[in-house]
Amino acid sequence: MTHPDRTVRQPGRILWPYVFLTPAIVLFTLFLAVPIGYTVYLATRRAKVSGLGLGRGARREVFVGFENFAAALADAELWHGWLRVLGYGALVLVVMLGLALLFALLLDTARVRLARFSRIAIFLPFAVPGVAATLLWGFLYLPSLSPIREVLDVDFLGATTVTYSMANVAVWGGTGFNMLALYTTLRAIPRDLYEAARLDGASEFQIAVRVKIPLLTPAIILTTVFSIIATIQVFTEPTALRPLTNTISSTWSPLMKVYRDAFVNGDLYSAAATSIVIAAISLVLSLGFLRVVRDRAFGES
Amino acid sequence: MTTAFRHRPPRAGAGRAAGLVPTALLLVGAVYCLFPVVWVLIAATKSPGELFTTSTLSFGTGFLGNVSELFAYRDGVFWWWAGNTLLYAGGGALLSTAVSAISGYTLAKYRFPGRDAIFTLLIGGILVPAVVLAIPQYLLFSKIGLADTYAAVLLPQILHPYGIYLARVYAAAAVPDSLLEAGGRCRARRGGPGGGGKQLPRPLGGVDQHPHHREQAGGGPDEQQGANQPSLYNLILTGAFLSIIPLIALFLTMQRYWKTDLSSGALK
Repeated sequence: MTHPDRTVRQPGRILWPYVFLTPAIVLFTLFLAVPIGYTVYLATRRAKVSGLGLGRGARREVFVGFENFAAALADAELWHGWLRVLGYGALVLVVMLGLALLFALLLDTARVRLARFSRIAIFLPFAVPGVAATLLWGFLYLPSLSPIREVLDVDFLGATTVTYSMANVAVWGGTGFNMLALYTTLRAIPRDLYEAARLDGASEFQIAVRVKIPLLTPAIILTTVFSIIATIQVFTEPTALRPLTNTISSTWSPLMKVYRDAFVNGDLYSAAATSIVIAAISLVLSLGFLRVVRDRAFGES
Repeated sequence: MTTAFRHRPPRAGAGRAAGLVPTALLLVGAVYCLFPVVWVLIAATKSPGELFTTSTLSFGTGFLGNVSELFAYRDGVFWWWAGNTLLYAGGGALLSTAVSAISGYTLAKYRFPGRDAIFTLLIGGILVPAVVLAIPQYLLFSKIGLADTYAAVLLPQILHPYGIYLARVYAAAAVPDSLLEAGGRCRARRGGPGGGGKQLPRPLGGVDQHPHHREQAGGGPDEQQGANQPSLYNLILTGAFLSIIPLIALFLTMQRYWKTDLSSGALK
């Protein structure tokens, strides 16, 4: 299908995409690329105190190369943080994405009732900001206030249970969003595909497992990648829950350690190095996924 | 178009039973998701005395007292927080949506050298935690004397990689190329290809970004400060309740803009 105007419009079309992308690229440069460059610069430096540390010029910045990185990698507390986040993350990813997939498939079944109400209700926690959600659940965990404690006698803020309690906050807040992402993908699949399976005698369950889940795979991979990245960066839940319990240390997650180093200890150099290590680990964990995602989601477009 | 496929073979009796299990499971999920919200609604109505003594699921009598005490707390700092939130969330959402929509559309509908590289770069921004960026951004802003300004908070959050990604997926799926061909030049006169962004899926808004990047409405730091002081519990609960009410209201009114059926977006 050739349009008569096509050749006339061609020269303008080459420039327009770059014009449209200028705001995003400028913002990216100013608020991502430059700060990242500055972080790398800080990470290779350290404050050197000469003499008694008094007077002008007693404290100066010196280049230390990879010293800060070596210290970050050798830091046992940071690795304990990684282990805690790994356990927490595995729990959140499996439960949250499992529930999101289950609910999306259930919403898409032919004979489900009250689907609209359930969809809105399950997506509703998404409107509640992370800090507020953590506080709500935090109060629900508190022995003096909790209605759950009246039924179930468990200390939700104990040394081992607190991980599950935090995972619950993340699952509560994240399931609806992922469910909607998967459900939207399901709705975009032509209905006649299911009709064909139905005419062949497939049950709803068989259609879900054999037709819908394979078609959803790219969307599942994608929500997984975004969830992995978000989970590695867990900060809000433990930080907001800390005042309610003494079982969460100030270095519970790697990102909390960065925050403490930078804003409590005032050691920007170590914080910069640690944050680069965190970003590198996120990159390693998700880059492979991202490649698959790009090829699968946009290969055909 | 969909009605053409409506005549599925009727199976007597099986229909109602088959729908029962999915409906029940979804309702369990709905109750789990609504429970904390309903609980805070009830807790916010309790006076400090009632909070620890009365049954958790019965309404109290202290709601108005709590509200007026909250508004009076530290000479009305709550209003200051609310105003800030409105400014950051509202302004941030508008600007962020505009940038995401135009970037996503461009990446979906134009072929140009460097397209994949730019997309990968922008999406790569998701990998960088906001808390990590806060340190260098703060230092750089203080170097140019903007550290304690609204711009320093607002500007860095406009770029939203996930929003760009969603806008691209949506534009690719819901704006048919044939429509653009037919649109031709009148499209440019109507203000460029932003038209496709009108029905962008809801998660693009700034208030409702990816769960871990959302605005922290209300007095986050202060609510946390008070979290270990039981005497402030009723104020925190009322504050939490009041700060999620506008979000939930916004969320419910935005319902009608969801086009869960992406193909229908193209017909409008």
